[in-house]
Amino acid sequence: MTVHMKRHGDASDGAEAVGGRLSRVDGPAKITGAAKYAVEQQLDGLAYAVLVESTIAAGKVRSIDTEAAKAAPGVLKVLTPDNIPPLKTASDWFGTPPPDAPYCPLARDITFSGQHVAAVVAESFEQAVAAAALVKVSYDEAPAIVDLSDAKAGDGIPIDAMTKEWGDAATAFAAAPVRICAAYNTPREYQAPMEPHGLIARWQGDQLTVWEPSQWLDGMARTYAEWFGVPFENVRLVSPYIGGGFGSKALALGHGAVAAIAARMLERPVRLVMTRPQTFTGYGGRAATRQTVTIGADAEGKIQSIVHRGVNETSIDGMWVEPLGSVTSIMYQTPNFSSRQNVVRVNSVVPGAMRAPGENPSAFGIESAIDELAYEVGIDPLAIRLRNYAEQDPHAKKAWSTRQLREAYAAGAERFGWSRRSPQPRSMRDGNQLIGWGVAAGTYPVRRAYGEAMVRILADGSVEVESSSIDMGQGTYTILVQTAAETLGVPADNVVVKLGDSRFARAGVAGGSRLAGVMTGAVHKAANAALDELVGLAISDPRSPFHALQANTLVVANGRISSPRGEGPEISIAELLASVGRDRIEAKGDTMPANSTAEERYKNYTTIAMALPHTEGDYSRYSWCAHFIEVRVDEDFGTVRVSRVVSALDSGRLYNPKLAESQWKGGIIMGIGQALLEEGIVDRRHGRIVNNNLADYLVPTNADIPDIEVISVGIPDPHSSVLGGKGVGELAIVGVAPAIANAVFHATGKRIRDLPITLEKLI
Amino acid sequence: MRDFSYLRASSVDAARQASALPGAMLLAGGTTLIDLAKCGVAEPDTIVDITHLKGLDAITVDDQGATIGALAKMSSIADHADIKSRFPAVSEALWQAASAQIRNMATIGGNLMQRTRCPYFRDGENFPACNKRTPGSGCSAIGGVTRGHAVLGTSETCIATYPGDLAVALVAFDALVHLGDRQVAVDDFFLPPGATPEREHAIQPGEVITAISIPASAAARRSTYLKVRDRQSYEFAAASAAVGIEFEADGRTIRDLRVALGGVATKPWRARGVEAALRGKVLEADTVRRASLLAVEGAIDHGANHYKIELAPRVVARAILELGETA
Ligand SMILES: Cc1cc2nc3c(=O)[nH]c(=O)nc-3n(C[C@H](O)[C@H](O)[C@H](O)COP(=O)(O)OP(=O)(O)OC[C@H]3O[C@@H](n4cnc5c(N)ncnc54)[C@H](O)[C@@H]3O)c2cc1C
Ligand code: SF4
Repeated sequence: MTVHMKRHGDASDGAEAVGGRLSRVDGPAKITGAAKYAVEQQLDGLAYAVLVESTIAAGKVRSIDTEAAKAAPGVLKVLTPDNIPPLKTASDWFGTPPPDAPYCPLARDITFSGQHVAAVVAESFEQAVAAAALVKVSYDEAPAIVDLSDAKAGDGIPIDAMTKEWGDAATAFAAAPVRICAAYNTPREYQAPMEPHGLIARWQGDQLTVWEPSQWLDGMARTYAEWFGVPFENVRLVSPYIGGGFGSKALALGHGAVAAIAARMLERPVRLVMTRPQTFTGYGGRAATRQTVTIGADAEGKIQSIVHRGVNETSIDGMWVEPLGSVTSIMYQTPNFSSRQNVVRVNSVVPGAMRAPGENPSAFGIESAIDELAYEVGIDPLAIRLRNYAEQDPHAKKAWSTRQLREAYAAGAERFGWSRRSPQPRSMRDGNQLIGWGVAAGTYPVRRAYGEAMVRILADGSVEVESSSIDMGQGTYTILVQTAAETLGVPADNVVVKLGDSRFARAGVAGGSRLAGVMTGAVHKAANAALDELVGLAISDPRSPFHALQANTLVVANGRISSPRGEGPEISIAELLASVGRDRIEAKGDTMPANSTAEERYKNYTTIAMALPHTEGDYSRYSWCAHFIEVRVDEDFGTVRVSRVVSALDSGRLYNPKLAESQWKGGIIMGIGQALLEEGIVDRRHGRIVNNNLADYLVPTNADIPDIEVISVGIPDPHSSVLGGKGVGELAIVGVAPAIANAVFHATGKRIRDLPITLEKLI
Repeated sequence: MRDFSYLRASSVDAARQASALPGAMLLAGGTTLIDLAKCGVAEPDTIVDITHLKGLDAITVDDQGATIGALAKMSSIADHADIKSRFPAVSEALWQAASAQIRNMATIGGNLMQRTRCPYFRDGENFPACNKRTPGSGCSAIGGVTRGHAVLGTSETCIATYPGDLAVALVAFDALVHLGDRQVAVDDFFLPPGATPEREHAIQPGEVITAISIPASAAARRSTYLKVRDRQSYEFAAASAAVGIEFEADGRTIRDLRVALGGVATKPWRARGVEAALRGKVLEADTVRRASLLAVEGAIDHGANHYKIELAPRVVARAILELGETA
C-alpha cells in the first residue's frame, strides 16, 4: 500500500488560509523522529562537559581538588574559576550597558545550592560524569536564607516601579460595610520542559556556532558575543526545534558560557547537557510569592477599595520581580486602589520567567479574593464579577482595544451549565465525592514588537520563508506557512518555512505571547512586497505574456496568475518567472518605522527595550478568559480531581484555531498542575530542593486531565496586531488555579490559600 | 568511568554463583537498578543479567493458589485472567503501580526488591548522611523533608517508606518468596530497619528469587487494592490498603479478613489488629471505621507525614466497606 502524505498534513478545504485549521507542519518530522534537536548534531571531535555543582547554599569555595578527576580516563580538562579566562559581563535583556566587570560562570562565592563551581570535559559523556564525581570541593559554609518564611529573610526591598495607587484605598476600606482580607501563597514552580537545557558550542577562529534550544536566537547570540568580546555577526545560534521552554530558554545562561569556554580552550566542539536534577538549580523557575488582598465593598458587593501587598523571592545577587499587582489593578472597577510589592533575597538561583510571569500568581490572589467576597456578600461568584466589570482599564484609564470577557463569562457559563449550581458549599455530592464548581477569570497583556522576515518565490513557483524566530511547539512554522500562502495566493503545500538559525532574518524573543502577532505581520509584509514585485514583473516586463494586456493589476490564486476579468492567459508562477528570465523573487520586509536606524533595528531584535507598551496610544490591550471548573474532592482522603473544564477565551482573531485551542488546553493543563501538584520542596537545613526529578516533582498525567472544552469568543483586534490576533500562549494558564481553589471551597467549605492543594490540606 | 563486568547467566545456578561474588547484582527489568546506578547509589562491579533465563516467567494458577515466576512482567501478571478473578488485589496493586512503560519492563522479582524513594537516600552527593546507604552515617531525613516518610515500623536510624504496591497485597494473603529451595513468608522477607536499615530483605548473597506463590483463599478471591495519592497515576502511595474478606454464610458476618498497608510503613505492613477486631463481627460502617483506627497503632510521625496517620485508617475503612458492598 502506498500512502500519499501531503507534506503539510491534512490541509483540507479552507485549512490553508490564515484562520484555517491546518495541522502542525512540523508534526510528521517530530512523530517519526526525523526532527533533529539542537544537541543531537553529530560533529567530529565532539567532547563532553559535565557540571559540578555546589552542595552548600551559602559560603565560599575554599579549594577545589581536581587531581583525581584530571587523572581519570578520557579527561581533557577540568575547569575551575582559577583556570578559565574571564568573560565580560553582558548587558541585560533591556540592553542596559553592563558594568565593566569580568563575568565568571563558575562561582567562588556560593549563593545557592546547585551553583556551578567546576566542570569536567572528557572524550565521552560517561567519562566526564565519572570524573566529575572525583572533583573534591571544600567550602566555608555560611548560614543561608532558605525561603520567604525564613526568619532571616526580612521584609525585603520595596520595588517602587510596581506601586499602583489611585483614590484613597485605606480610608475607603475602613469605611466599607463588607470587608475581606486574606493572604495567598504560591510556591516555587519549575518549567520542567521535556527537553533539558544544553548546547553544543564550536569555535572556528573567532566565529562561534552554538546549537542550543532557544526562545530567542538573536538575544542569546548578543549575550555570547558580549561575553567573548566578538562581533554579534560572529555568533551563530541554531535551534530548529525546542522541546518545551515555557520561559526558561529565552536567555543565554551560565552553563552555555561554560561550554563555550571549554570549546575555546580545547579547540574542539563541546556538548553540555544538564541532568534533570540540574535543571532545578541551573536556572530559575517561578519565584515563590506571598500576597495579601483586602477588599472593601458595599452591601451589594460593589467594590469600594482594593489594597494589595505582594512579595516575591529573588536571589542573593540577582533581581527578579514577579509583578503581583498586574491583574489586581485591572480586572475590576474600583474607585480606590493601592498595590505595592517587595522582593526578598533568599539563597536560591535567580528565579525566571514561567508561563505568564506576574499575571499567573496575581490572578491567584485577586480571583480567589473576589470569590471570598461573593460568599461574604452572599451573591453568586459569577454575578459579583459582572457587578464589578471594568468597562475601561481602571489603572491606565483608557478604553480596552477589545475586551470580550463578558462574552466569555456568558459563553462559558452556558456551556458549563453554571445556572444549575447550588450556591451553598458542600451541597453537591456523589457518594464520597464532594462536588464543587468554581469560576475565575484570567488576562494577559498584548505584548508587541517589530518583526522581520524574508520571503522568496523560487523558480518552480514554491515559496520559502526565513526567520530566526523559533517554534517550541506553539505553531510558528504552521501559521507562517498559512500567512505566506494566503498573502501570495499559493497552496500551503508549496510553502516551506525555515526557522531557528540566527543567520536568517532577525527576530525578537518568543516570549510574552508576542511571536505570532509579530511574525504574521512581518511575513505578511514581506510576502506582499514579493507579490508586488511578481505582479509588477508580469505587467511590465516585455517578455511577460501579460505585458500586452496593459492591466494595472493581476490576480494570483492557487499558485497561478491571471487577469482580474479573465482575459489573457492563466499561467503558473513558475511559468511567469521562466518567461521573464528570473530564478527567484526575494523580499525582506520588516514592520519597523521606515526611518529606523541600524542601531534601533539591532536593539529591536536583541533586546526587549523596543517592545511597544500595551497601553500605548488610546487603548489598553489585553487577552481575556473565563474558566469554569468542576472538581471532585474525596471527603475522606482529601484528594482533588478536576472532572470538567469549560473555558471561554478572547485572544482576538485566531490565525489557526486548531493550534490556538491546543495552546489554551496546554495552559489549562499546566494550571491544573499548578493548582494541585507542583511545588519545589526545600530542605530547610540545606537550602536545597529535594524533589528535583520528574518522579517527585509532580506534573499532571493524562489520568489527571478531563475533557477540556475551549471556546473562542475573540474578535479581530486591529489595535493589537497587523492581522488582528492577541496573545494565546500564556493567557489560558491565568485563572485556572483560583478557579480550582474556588471550586474546592464550593465542594468542601475549606478555603485553600496555599498552592498546591494537596490532600493533607483537606483532610 | 566506572567499569563493571556484564555477565549473562546461563542458568539459575550460574546466576546464584555469579551473584555470590562481592559487588555482584542481578539485573532483571533494570527499572530500579539502572536508575539507582545513575544516581550513584548502586555501584555494582558485576551485573548478572537474568532476563533471558527460560521458564522463570511462568504464571500458573490452580485451586491451591498461584505460582508466579520471578521474571514475569508486572503487566502480564496484572492482566492474567486467573489472577484477576482469584486475586483481584494483586492485579489491582500492579495496575496502579508505576507507569505502563515500567510495568512492561519490570519483573516481579525486581519489584519486591525495589528500594525506597527517600530523596536523601538517592542523593549521596548532597546528603552524605544516610544509614541505609552508608551504615552509621546518620539519617538526613529525620529533621528534613518527611512528607513521604513512614509512620509505622520506623527506628531511630531510618524512617524510609517501603514504596511498592504489589508486596502489600502479597503480605495480606500470606504469599511465599521462593529462593530456590528455600521459601520465606513475604512478611518475614521484608525486614524492619531496626539498627540495620541497610539490610532490607531476608535474602543472602548468592540467593535468587525464583518465584512467588500465593495460597488460594476465599479472602483473596474477594479482595481489592485501594491506593490514594495526589496524582491520579504514576505516583507512589500516600497510603494504600490491600484488603480481602470472607463472609460467613449469612453474607454479613466476617469470617476472615486480611488487611495490609502500603505507603505508610518501612515494610509492607500487615494490620493484624484490624483483622482481629473485625473477625466475627457483622460488617457495619461504624464498627469498621473504629476498628480501622487500629491500623496505625503505635504510629509515630515526623511532622510533614502526620497526615498519613489520619489517612491510612480511612483508606482501610473505605476498602473494607466497598468490598462488603460488592456482594
Ligand atoms: C518513576 C518510577 C515510578 C514507580 N512507581 C511505582 C509504584 O507506584 N508502585 C510500585 O510498586 N513500584 C513503582 N516503581 C518501581 C518499579 O515497580 C520497580 O522499579 C520494578 O518493579 C523493578 O523491577 P525490575 O525487574 O525492573 O528490577 P531491576 O531494576 O532489574 O532490579 C531491582 C533489584 O532487584 C534485584 N533483583 C532483580 N531480580 C531479582 C531476583 N530474581 N532475585 C533477587 N534479586 C533480584 C536486582 O539486583 C536489583 O537490586 C516505580 C519505578 C519508577 C522508576
Ligand atoms: S530515612 Fe533511611 S533512607 Fe532516608 S536518609 Fe534516613 S536512613 Fe537514609
